[in-house]
Amino acid sequence: MIETILFIVFAAAAIGSSLLMITRSKPVHAAISFLGTLVSLAGLFLLMFAQFVAVLQIIVYAGAILVLFLFVIMMLHVRSGEGPEVKLKFQRPLALALATLLGLGLVYVVAATDLSGVHELPADMGTVEAIGEALFTSYVLPFEVAAVLLLIGLLGAVALTSKDEDSSDEGGSA
Amino acid sequence: MSVGAYVVLSAILFAIGALGVLSRRNALVVFMSIELMFNAVNLAFVGFARYWGNMTGHALVVFVLAFAAAEVVVGLAIIVNIFRRRDTVDVDDIDLLRG
Repeated sequence: MIETILFIVFAAAAIGSSLLMITRSKPVHAAISFLGTLVSLAGLFLLMFAQFVAVLQIIVYAGAILVLFLFVIMMLHVRSGEGPEVKLKFQRPLALALATLLGLGLVYVVAATDLSGVHELPADMGTVEAIGEALFTSYVLPFEVAAVLLLIGLLGAVALTSKDEDSSDEGGSA
Repeated sequence: MSVGAYVVLSAILFAIGALGVLSRRNALVVFMSIELMFNAVNLAFVGFARYWGNMTGHALVVFVLAFAAAEVVVGLAIIVNIFRRRDTVDVDDIDLLRG
């Protein structure tokens, strides 16, 4: 009973704040609405016994990724809005139609699948220990690949944003 | 609550993210919508982990988080570079290949 109430509250908050995110004209407002979505999703993760994932969601998404977004919005200031003129005439209605089609298709497929029964949960479901064991035994190779991917991301960001030596290779227009 | 409700919610959030990607012209908001789609997929992963009662879904969420972090860093660097050169983040104005 209490789980149902919490699910409805978090689900409504997630859908509402994500709709706010894609409709606000200022990117800062969109980012703050996105924060609401992230926190409600963390609540939903907690409802599904995924404590560690919920904490990761707050620390990594809300704490790191969203702050990075806010830093970039701050750097790009007022001109970072959308221009007044619309180049593609039917973009909004067409986007709405296509996204509705996608959503209906996905919901139809999920609703046709029976997910009502729940298998028995292990006692250590969602703990740091259980995730760590999975990561360092079954998924140790993907884990190492993810580490390399993060390193490449770091190097890519430095290479893309550094103005000094690289600018001569790119025509010096940076 | 059955797991089906969580997965339906994940499908709805994914569609909202797709709507944001398709309808917005601000590159930053488009990027945030992509992140929303990642989050919807994460919700489905956690739901299926709950359904099967094992940790595979949670491990996959960790990988999606790592991927999202790397993607955001590179993507935002590209957006900042485009803003430096073109003075805009409106994706309609970035049409060099249009001819």
